[in-house]
Amino acid sequence: MTISAERPLKSAPEDAIAHSHPHRVSWTERPGWLSQHLGTAIIGGILGYVFGHWLGNYITGAYPYNANSGQNSSADALALIFGVVGWLLGIGALNYPFAKMVGKEPKHETPIEGWTKYFRYTLDHKVVGKQYIVGVLLFLFTGGLLAMAIRTELLNPTTHVFGPGTYIDIVSEHGTIMMMMATSVIIGPIGNYFVPLMIGSRRMAFPRIEAFSFWVFIAGYGVIFSALPYGGFPTGWTGYAPLQTQAGPGMISYLLGFAVIGLGMMAAGFNIAATIINYRAPGMSWSRLPIFIWAVLATAALLTLATPTLFAAGLFGVLDKTVQTAFYVTEHGGSSYLWQNLFWFFGHPEVYIMALPGFGVVAEILPVFTRKPLFAYKIAAAGMIGVALLSFFVWQHHLFQSGINPDMRPLFMLTTELISLPTGFIFLVGMGTLYRAKIRFEVPMLFALSVFFNFLIGGVTGVFLSDVPVNVTVHGGFFVLSHFHYTIMGGLLFAFMAGLYYWLPKMTGKMMNKKLGLWHFWTMFVFFNLTFFPMFIIGLLGQPRRVFTYARNLETWNDFSSISAFLLGFSFLIFFANLMWSMYIKPTPAPANPWDSLGLEWQTANPVPLYNFERIPVIMSDPYHYSEEGAPALADLGDSVKRPVSTGATTPKS
Amino acid sequence: MTSEQPTQSDPRHLRRIGIIWVVLSIVGDILFWFLVGPHIPPGRMTSSASSDQFDFNILMEMALPVLFGIWVFFGYCFVTWRAKRKGVAEPKGGAAARSNLRAQVWWITVSTVLVLFLAGFGTIELIAGDGSGGGEGPNPVWEPTGAVQAETAALTSSASWTPGTNHVLVVQVIAQQWKFTYRYPQFGGFETPQLILPDHTSIAFNVTSLDVIHSFWAYQLEVKADANPQENNVAFTTTDQTGDFTVRCSELCGLWHGAMYNYGKVVSTTSFENWATTTESANAANTKNLAPFAWTYVPDANGASGGFYPDGTVTPYSTVETYGAKQPAS
Repeated sequence: MTISAERPLKSAPEDAIAHSHPHRVSWTERPGWLSQHLGTAIIGGILGYVFGHWLGNYITGAYPYNANSGQNSSADALALIFGVVGWLLGIGALNYPFAKMVGKEPKHETPIEGWTKYFRYTLDHKVVGKQYIVGVLLFLFTGGLLAMAIRTELLNPTTHVFGPGTYIDIVSEHGTIMMMMATSVIIGPIGNYFVPLMIGSRRMAFPRIEAFSFWVFIAGYGVIFSALPYGGFPTGWTGYAPLQTQAGPGMISYLLGFAVIGLGMMAAGFNIAATIINYRAPGMSWSRLPIFIWAVLATAALLTLATPTLFAAGLFGVLDKTVQTAFYVTEHGGSSYLWQNLFWFFGHPEVYIMALPGFGVVAEILPVFTRKPLFAYKIAAAGMIGVALLSFFVWQHHLFQSGINPDMRPLFMLTTELISLPTGFIFLVGMGTLYRAKIRFEVPMLFALSVFFNFLIGGVTGVFLSDVPVNVTVHGGFFVLSHFHYTIMGGLLFAFMAGLYYWLPKMTGKMMNKKLGLWHFWTMFVFFNLTFFPMFIIGLLGQPRRVFTYARNLETWNDFSSISAFLLGFSFLIFFANLMWSMYIKPTPAPANPWDSLGLEWQTANPVPLYNFERIPVIMSDPYHYSEEGAPALADLGDSVKRPVSTGATTPKS
Repeated sequence: MTSEQPTQSDPRHLRRIGIIWVVLSIVGDILFWFLVGPHIPPGRMTSSASSDQFDFNILMEMALPVLFGIWVFFGYCFVTWRAKRKGVAEPKGGAAARSNLRAQVWWITVSTVLVLFLAGFGTIELIAGDGSGGGEGPNPVWEPTGAVQAETAALTSSASWTPGTNHVLVVQVIAQQWKFTYRYPQFGGFETPQLILPDHTSIAFNVTSLDVIHSFWAYQLEVKADANPQENNVAFTTTDQTGDFTVRCSELCGLWHGAMYNYGKVVSTTSFENWATTTESANAANTKNLAPFAWTYVPDANGASGGFYPDGTVTPYSTVETYGAKQPAS
């Protein structure tokens, strides 16, 4: 690819971003002992918690209500709410809006330098992306440990490691933490880091909202984790009322936890959608957008539009449990179906929030390792938008046996099965791209290909679940459990790993170790399937979800699944070891463009400068001209920085 | 599935993939249908069990070719075009590699036809199977003959059941933390922890809960209906064989959800009648103290301290309509 350095570029206004305000000392330039960071956030959180608890007892002291605990649930709820507010105050998330509220023009903030930026309210999307990696891994490893505990209990149908209460708490906490993690696992780290780089922007549209989304995500971890010292909650991640209304104070952590995480999801979605729509470089037309960006845009739309329902549903639940409203209390005019409907009206778009970014990563990676253009680009983009749209019209398939009016069942069976059409587009795209390619089985590619294998099984079993007659057999059993682990873990989490192995060299300048990576991939892939495939059989043989005791004849299957699950857990230790080894213990510097990709994100300098591009690039083509003679250059970057140049026509030696 | 694959330049590959796919699909489908299909849970104990097993197998017959099609295609690509293999040609970029109208049209057409067929098939089976054993709520739209009359009569004191008259047996399933009990309105409304059913009879299960949401899952009967407080969730099936079955709660209902199960029996109609009439008279003293039979039971001002079982003198009520009619006062 040739770049004409002479080409004049209109980038002066962007250059001025950093200098448009009069320079005054701001909070980011305070001396260390006055600055705000993780430490002050923790202190703020604790102070807020204590204050909220006191306030709750003060205003509703004569009004204790919490089933079986005699505790004042208003105090519990207010403690968590003020804890989150204190956390946000402590990290400095509210400085800017407060300054605006009192009519002060906010001071210019100098970008934060040095390693402390990772522990502060940093507005650089690249820092937020890296923060998110640590954040989602925190969720992932917590949820993973809980999964190990679940499988330990299920080793034997009658001998119990945990009491029934502890077991239900573990199951509920595992499900909720993992679902929260999955909402952000790709969008957070990879989306935040690479969306501006891939669309040729110097920044996110709303950097403060972006940083807010991360710090509130971590606050959500604290809130959902507080359920354990509060005695846990017994409802699983679905939180069905009236069990929800009956539960103890841990339920408040669940409801507020989802509300807090929901705030972060809405903020992230809003910011990313606005960025993609408004901050594309000149020439980055919709048909030149990298396919990953299409996936992220569809996801951002779902995050923004579906999450408010969850937020409202969670707040209704908190009101039911504190000031005794009756949104979900049938005896007092409410309805337990209201929760089911609200929850799944969010919940089903939510599962595509967890699928689409994975499709995006996979479709983005395939052309690089096949040296072919992405097959049927428009179909792929249409598929993502189609999935996003249809996902709003399928939620009642979770209620097929619930006793809602049955008239609509054929309709929801149809819409649910229709969603397999746009999902199928992704497979067409994959097959077309692989055909007559030259396939390099690097670690990211192996992870990407395994998504096709896993998601196919997840998708096909989804059709079984959508069929109302067959649903009678499989609803609420291990079959459905296995199905959604195949889509979320087999799809999203494998895609996340593909994305990490693929993009970490760009994010950190260090390569992940290939040998350890291969060990990680094969153990994770094999033991994932050995863990979850038997669960289809366990489910068909009649084991309901979330039970601590089961029929004796299912012990062999359960043991097989448990032992595989422990080995699957071990594969994550290999991943962690690889991460530590490759990033800290013995880092290998990464080439500027290790996979020889044509993507715009690989064309900037390494490490990526603060404002990403020296000049705003002018996009002249889409990034998939692999193996094409005389292909147009991707972009005119208009600078003199020495960049990695890929011809795309040759296959690098691997 | 392979006919819609891209590229016409070298048909040999596609033909090979196609042949492997067709052979695998036919062999897989035949093996599944004859070896695995008959053993697919939940067996053939009731009409809904047989018909849902049939549906599962039909879905599997269609799923296997899809799975094989994609696996064979991917596998073939991996083997043939991996970069390390000697003599692998450089890929060609350009327009031909970017899209292929024929492949895309084929793919969309075939998958659309498949999906529409499945949705149509599922709907027909759902209607023909009287709701397939799933809970249809208080106002079912698909029911076996005689169900409406039996359900309506169940609330009156003249409700009765005799075998051999195409009479639907009305059974009420009451779920509570953490057990199931059953009431037989056609036998004076006695309540028992045992679920005994007659053979070759249509059963109307009326599932309700006294506290949180449970789910009544009679595994071998292929009946699954959520038990909601203040809601009557009706599910139908027709027994075809005698034998034992398991009932499990399949909706998380709190602490002892995992231990909420019991067993039931399908017996011959005469044994059932004997059992039912015996139990009715044996339980008569207890039945008198139960709340009069109703579709749902609520704690209300009439019940002693909000209890679910008010003394016999009060009027039970339900705000929930079943078959369009409010619960009559008894």
